Amino acid sequence: MTDKQPYALIAEFDSVSAVMHAAEQVRDEGYMIWDVHSPMPIHGINQAMGLRPTILPWITLAHGVVGAVFGLGLTWWMNATTVPGLSPSVQGYEFLISGKPTFSLPANIPIIFETTILFAAIGTLLGMLGLNKLPMLHNPLAKSERFLRATADRLFIVISAKDEHFDSETTHQFLQRLSPLSIEVVMED
Amino acid sequence: MSTISTTMTEPSQWELQANHPSERVPLVLGDNDFTTVTDTVTELALRRTPPMWYVAMAISLSLLSVLLVTITYLLVTGVGVWGNNNTVSWGFPIVNFVFWVGIGHAGTLISAILFLLRQNWRTGINRFAEAMTIFAVVCAGLFPGIHVGRIWYAYWLAPYPNELAMWPQARSPLLWDVFAVSTYATVSLLFWYMGMIPDLATLRDRSTTRIKQLAYGVFALGWNGSNRHWLRFEKAYLLLAALATPLVLSVHSVVSFDFATSQVPGWHTTIFPPYFVAGAVFGGFAMVLVLSIPAREWFGLKDLITHRHIENMAKVMLGTGMIVAYAYSVEFFTAWYSQHHYEQFVFMNRPLGPYWWAFWLMVFCNVIAPQALWSTWVRKRVWIIFAIAILVNVGMWFERFVIVVTSLHRDYLPSSWAMFSPTWVDLFMLLGSFGLFFTLFLLFCRFLPMVAMAEVKTVMPQAHGDHPPTRFDYQPSPDTPEELRRGHWFT
Repeated sequence: MTDKQPYALIAEFDSVSAVMHAAEQVRDEGYMIWDVHSPMPIHGINQAMGLRPTILPWITLAHGVVGAVFGLGLTWWMNATTVPGLSPSVQGYEFLISGKPTFSLPANIPIIFETTILFAAIGTLLGMLGLNKLPMLHNPLAKSERFLRATADRLFIVISAKDEHFDSETTHQFLQRLSPLSIEVVMED
Repeated sequence: MSTISTTMTEPSQWELQANHPSERVPLVLGDNDFTTVTDTVTELALRRTPPMWYVAMAISLSLLSVLLVTITYLLVTGVGVWGNNNTVSWGFPIVNFVFWVGIGHAGTLISAILFLLRQNWRTGINRFAEAMTIFAVVCAGLFPGIHVGRIWYAYWLAPYPNELAMWPQARSPLLWDVFAVSTYATVSLLFWYMGMIPDLATLRDRSTTRIKQLAYGVFALGWNGSNRHWLRFEKAYLLLAALATPLVLSVHSVVSFDFATSQVPGWHTTIFPPYFVAGAVFGGFAMVLVLSIPAREWFGLKDLITHRHIENMAKVMLGTGMIVAYAYSVEFFTAWYSQHHYEQFVFMNRPLGPYWWAFWLMVFCNVIAPQALWSTWVRKRVWIIFAIAILVNVGMWFERFVIVVTSLHRDYLPSSWAMFSPTWVDLFMLLGSFGLFFTLFLLFCRFLPMVAMAEVKTVMPQAHGDHPPTRFDYQPSPDTPEELRRGHWFT
C-alpha cells in the first residue's frame, strides 16, 4: 500500500457557481493537467478552465469532403465508365436509360448528398471519441466511491499528480481554500 | 374517472406558474434537483419495473410473433399471398414503408432541428423521440426488404463489385431511397447512441450488480463527465444536429421522389417533397404523443415530461397538420388548373370513386380532428390529445393508402382497371409491424435511460450557478495573464 503514488487529488462541490469560481482559481494558479467533472456540460466552464475550441469541425469537414468525392466517384464509376481490359467484376456498367447521358450530375446529387452526410456523421462521432481518448478502459478515479457521483449530482475538480505544480501538501492546502465539500487523495493502481 | 381527475389536477399546477404572463412554465416541475432527476430516470432501468410494462410487453411480443409467422409464410410461399395485383403492384408493403419511415421524422426533428433552434423544451422528450425514430426505421426497412420477394437477394440493392458485372442504377429514385434510408438509419443511430453515452455512464456508476456495471460500462466507453470531454461532446452534438437537419428533410423528399418522378397521375407532382416531409413530421409527432402520454403516466415521469411538453407537441401537430391540409387542397387545385384529363380524373376518383371512404377517413383524421387543438380547453386534457394523436396516426396511414392505391387502381386503360383488397397476410403483417415497434420501444424503456438526464440537467436552474443563463455569463478577471485566458490546450 505504502509504495503506491498518489494519482490525483479530487475536490467535491455541489453547486455550479462554486465549481466555476474554483476552476478559475485552479487555472490562475497555473495548473495544467487538471479537469472539472460534472454530470452535464457547464456553460462558461471552457473559459473558466482556459480551454481552447476544438478542432472537431475540421475533422467533420474533411470526412464530408471525402464522402462527397466517394459519392461522386461511385455514381460515375457505376454507370458511366468502361475501362478496356479491366476485370468484369469491378468494371462499371453503362446503363442506357431512354438515351439519356450515362452521367448527369443532377440525377446523382441525392446519392452524393447522402454519402457526404454519412461520412461526415461517422467522422464526427469517431473524431469526438478519438480526441477524447475514449473508450477509456481503465480509470483510477473509478476507485473513489465519492467520484461515482460525478455522473449523477456532484461536481469535482481533479488535479493530476502528473502536473508539475502538484505537491501533495500544497495542492491539498490550495484546494482547501476553495472550500469544497470534501477532498480525497486517489492513489495509482 | 381516475384518468380524468389526473388530467384535471395537472393544469392547476401548470396554470399556477403560467398565470404570470412574463413567466414561462419551468421545464422541470416539482421540487427536483440533480439528485432526484437522476433517481427518477435511473430507478426504472436499474430497479423497478412497473407492472404495466409486463402487460404491454406480453401484448407486443404476441404481435411480434404474428409478424414473424406472416413473414415466414410469405417467404416460403411467395408474394402472391399479398393482395398486390398487376394493376396495384404497390400495395400494403409500400404503404407501410412510407408510413413507418414518416413516423421516424419527428424524432430527428426534435433532436436536431429543435436543438438548432434552441428549443430547450426538447430535452425532456428527445431521447424518447430518437429511440422511436430508430425503431420506426427498422419497421420501415423491413417492408421494401420483403417486398422484393426473394429476400435472399436483397443485398443486390447495395453497390458492390460482383461477378454479374452489374451495378445499381444511380439515376433511379429507388436507389436514392436505398442510400437515403440507410444513411438516415445509420446517422440516427449514431446520434442517439452518442447522446446516450453520458447517461449510460450514470447508469454504470449507479448499478449495483457486476453484470449491469459491465453491460452499461461497455457502452459508456469510460465516460466520466470530464469537461474537456464535454467540450468536444457538445461540439460533436451540434455538428451531428447540423448534419441530421438536411438529412431528415432529404429522406422523405427522396421517398416522395419514388412517386413524383413517375408518370402516374396523382403522383407526378412537384408538391410531393414538402408535402411528404410535413406529413411525416405530423404523423411522427402524433406517434411521440401516443408513446409519451402513457409512458409518463406509468413510469412516473410527469415532472420531466410536463404538460408544457405535451402541449407544445400538440401545437406542432396542429401546425404541420395545417400544412398537410393545405397540400391536400393544392393537389386538387393543381389537377384542375393543369387541364390534364387523367390528372383531373384521379382527383375526382379519390373523393367520389370506390375508395371514397379511405379518402374521407383521411380528411377526417388529418384535417378535421386536429382542429380541436386550437382550443386551450382541449390542449389541457392530455387524454383528448392522446385520442387525436391516434386518429392522426390512422389518418396518415390512410393518406399513404390513398396515394398508392387510388392512383394505381384506375390508370390510363380502363381494361386494366382493378380493385385492391388486402389479404389476411397484409393485415396481420401491418399489425405485426406494430408488435416489432412496441417490443423494441418497451425494451428501450426498461433498460436504457428514457430521458436524457444530462440534457435535462442543463435546463434546470441549478445548472446556471448564480448567473442568469446567458451565453456570455463568464467574464475573465482582468489580471489573468493573457496566455491563461486563451488556454493551454489544443483540444
